[in-house]
Amino acid sequence: MSTATAQVPDQLGRFGPFGRRFVPETLMHALDQLTEEYERAKADPQFQEQLANLLQTYVGRPSPLYFAERLTEKAGGARIYLKREDLNHTGAHKINNTIGQTLLTLRMGKQRVIAETGAGQHGVATATACARFGLECVVYMGEEDIRRQQLNVFNMRTMGAEVRPVTSGSRTLRDAVNEAMRDWMATVENTHYILGSVVGPHPFPMIVRDFQAVIGREARQQCLDAVGQLPDEVIACVGGGSNSAGMFYPFIEDDGVALTGVEAGGRSNKPGDHASPLSYGKPGILHGSYSYVLQDDDGQTLDVHSISAGLDYPGVGPEHSYWKDTGRVQYTTCSDEDALATFQKMARLEGILPAIESSHAVSQALKSAANRSPDDVILVCLSGRGDKDVNEVARLTGQTL
Amino acid sequence: MAETTLISQKFLELKSKNRLAFMPFITAGDPDVDMTKDLIRTLTSAGVDLIEVGFPYSDPIADGPVIQASYTRALNGGITVDQILQAIAEVKSDDTPPLVAMVSYAIVFRHGVEEFIQDAKKAGFAGLIIPDLPGAEAAECFELVRSYGLDLVQLVAPTTPRERVQQIVQNSSGFLYCVAVAGTTGVREQVADALLDQLRWLREETDLPLAVGFGISKPEHVMPLRELADGVIIGSGIVRQLEDLVQGAVDRETTLKKIGQLANAMVSSTART
Repeated sequence: MSTATAQVPDQLGRFGPFGRRFVPETLMHALDQLTEEYERAKADPQFQEQLANLLQTYVGRPSPLYFAERLTEKAGGARIYLKREDLNHTGAHKINNTIGQTLLTLRMGKQRVIAETGAGQHGVATATACARFGLECVVYMGEEDIRRQQLNVFNMRTMGAEVRPVTSGSRTLRDAVNEAMRDWMATVENTHYILGSVVGPHPFPMIVRDFQAVIGREARQQCLDAVGQLPDEVIACVGGGSNSAGMFYPFIEDDGVALTGVEAGGRSNKPGDHASPLSYGKPGILHGSYSYVLQDDDGQTLDVHSISAGLDYPGVGPEHSYWKDTGRVQYTTCSDEDALATFQKMARLEGILPAIESSHAVSQALKSAANRSPDDVILVCLSGRGDKDVNEVARLTGQTL
Repeated sequence: MAETTLISQKFLELKSKNRLAFMPFITAGDPDVDMTKDLIRTLTSAGVDLIEVGFPYSDPIADGPVIQASYTRALNGGITVDQILQAIAEVKSDDTPPLVAMVSYAIVFRHGVEEFIQDAKKAGFAGLIIPDLPGAEAAECFELVRSYGLDLVQLVAPTTPRERVQQIVQNSSGFLYCVAVAGTTGVREQVADALLDQLRWLREETDLPLAVGFGISKPEHVMPLRELADGVIIGSGIVRQLEDLVQGAVDRETTLKKIGQLANAMVSSTART
């Protein structure tokens, strides 16, 4: 395949061969309607101004770019800078997208919002935006995830969202997406589905990337201001791929900047032990989109595992598949064990409890920095904070809260 | 498009008999392939006009809870595409009505699109419904399916605007699957007025037979459709009967008997006069 460009997707939602729309006819009209409304909103200065204002005064943007001095010393090579998405309101990058899509919901005159959530970060960010604008909000969440993420469930309910347990299939994120899509098929006239990642049918991968691209745009400028040059490498973790898509996209046409995506390596590279479709999967169809996916030979989706509930997904956004096949982004994995060790390193060296998702990216940054000269600069997307993970970390390290 | 297929022949035949087609849906492999074969034999004896055979899929977003549960049961039993194709080849006889495979594009794509069409034809299928390959996305696949003398049936939803219909019709053959209600498959009480309006304008857009599915579960649902539709589809209505079987509440024989009776009643309800 040829070089990657930022001029994707096309009208049909294609990123190279990836993406498109593989959904039941019932949803096609809603997706057309959403595409049109998004194009209008994008070109509307009033919409852009309202979004920028909310991101500044409500979310707390721009998020800082922080020089991680002690982490840099520890790695003993390139200088490591962290893009602090963990400092956003609600503690992760997810809110960049939910604020944008909530404004779209209001433009379309819809009164009800649905969302899926795995770890609960997107659910909380959606419940937050809906509370702010007085919209009805229903969040689908796997029964298994509800058990693991009680704090986020409590927060969503406190903000007025209804959390609906999903008891079908594997009872995790993938089934929550199925249920949300089913709800949407029956309620599409008055309901908008705020998808939380760069996955699903066109236009979702484009819309979510665009709303998350604020991360990369800010980081690019902040890096120029702080060190007077573009970074040598940008690193982010990849589950569905929203923080990484937002971080990478503004750098796609900066040829000298290496981009590295880190997938959840889990326990091993055996099927069922990881959540790394780009590293170990094949192109196929899942949730309305053509992209790398973890499937068996019959096209049935495989179960996945990761220490991090936010990366625990068998598919990935189609733009990542495009970046992988064009060679623009290198994808690698980080094991559960390394992510956990990095979580603790970050806590001790920098006084930051990172989300266990983001720990995957930092872990790769430590490895890469060690092989680079002190003149080099590495930017890492610290996509969220780790409060939600402390129960799990305590359990895994044999401590009690 | 001049070449006739088994499915279009069937609709012509029914027209001359002044009847609607009755088409039940069953899940392949729920709870095992032997039951699927027995069901096809039972439905054939009951005189159904076509049979839809669902290929279990792990993430069926177009289907409601009853069919998803059925797919899960079949997948837990270890059902594979090859086993389904083999079972169909074994059970098919000269009396078997045209069989239509309902299968997700995820499965078709992984199998290889042309290979899947070839294998489905060889097993004895007359057509395919790929519910997640809508409208113009199906153009390429449609050509391939037709080149093997099979039909590719597409869906029209309550949310489909009239201006989209030509895109769908151009890549559809055999019949049009008209989704009666927005949402997923499942049993409902009434047939909506909006559906009747849609059937009227669809008739102006295409000569393809119109078959109504989603929300049809009993003979009373057929009455208001008699003048407007060419066929009716029961989805979860039959699959639901298998729940009792799996829970051990009834035995196989009773289940087959009850399904045979429902199919008989449906077939009787489809006479226009």
